Amino acid sequence: MSVEVRIPTILRTFTGGEKAVHGDGATLQEVLDDIDARNPGLKDRIVESEALRRFVNVYVNDEDVRFAGGLNAPTSDGDVVVVLPAVAGG
Amino acid sequence: MEGVAGGITPSVTAVLKIAREHVDAMIAHAREDHPDEACGVIIGPEGSNVPTRLIRMTNAERSPTFFRFEPQEQFALYKQMSTTGEEIVVVYHSHTATEAYPSRTDISLASEPQAHYLIVSTAESDASSEGTVSVRSFRIVDGAVTEEEIDVTE
Repeated sequence: MSVEVRIPTILRTFTGGEKAVHGDGATLQEVLDDIDARNPGLKDRIVESEALRRFVNVYVNDEDVRFAGGLNAPTSDGDVVVVLPAVAGG
Repeated sequence: MEGVAGGITPSVTAVLKIAREHVDAMIAHAREDHPDEACGVIIGPEGSNVPTRLIRMTNAERSPTFFRFEPQEQFALYKQMSTTGEEIVVVYHSHTATEAYPSRTDISLASEPQAHYLIVSTAESDASSEGTVSVRSFRIVDGAVTEEEIDVTE
């Protein structure tokens, strides 16, 4: 068991086209570090200056992590993380 | 709008095929929200490139110069599409004071490489049902903007 991380289309260049990857960790930060080790560069597209990027939404089991501890949001085996770039513009 | 002289099909020219009712619905949405920017999607079966269902999204910014899908609405849309096997085929938004061409912000934040980015400009018509509204469609991939034809089907 591990944490499943769903990857949006635009970031699948980092995962060899895979729609989801798996990682281990007790927090979102640890899971992202773990998947970045096998998919280098992925974390940089989600995290900036040790915080979530402003235009990337991340959910752990349907909960927006901005309201659940951010990168310190707890994760455990079987959890599902969804990475969803904001649809935005000017 | 179809038919090319000499029977040559220019395969290099991208075309968005879209229903008249969808174009009318996007223009109506843009007029209603003017002077703020309106935004939404038309979704369709994954990989089909066929826009079938228009869904208005709330512009969380409620701004004349910026838009952002309300995050919870966008997440609900994502979950719904995961269940039904659909994806975003068209992302639309309005420009209320400038032409229907992607702004620098539009280009830097474009995150749906499979989508057609459709822009409705109400700059010359305001919210009235008269006056010219322009509608243009683009692909935005890795910072590169490519305009495409719009083929409106009745």
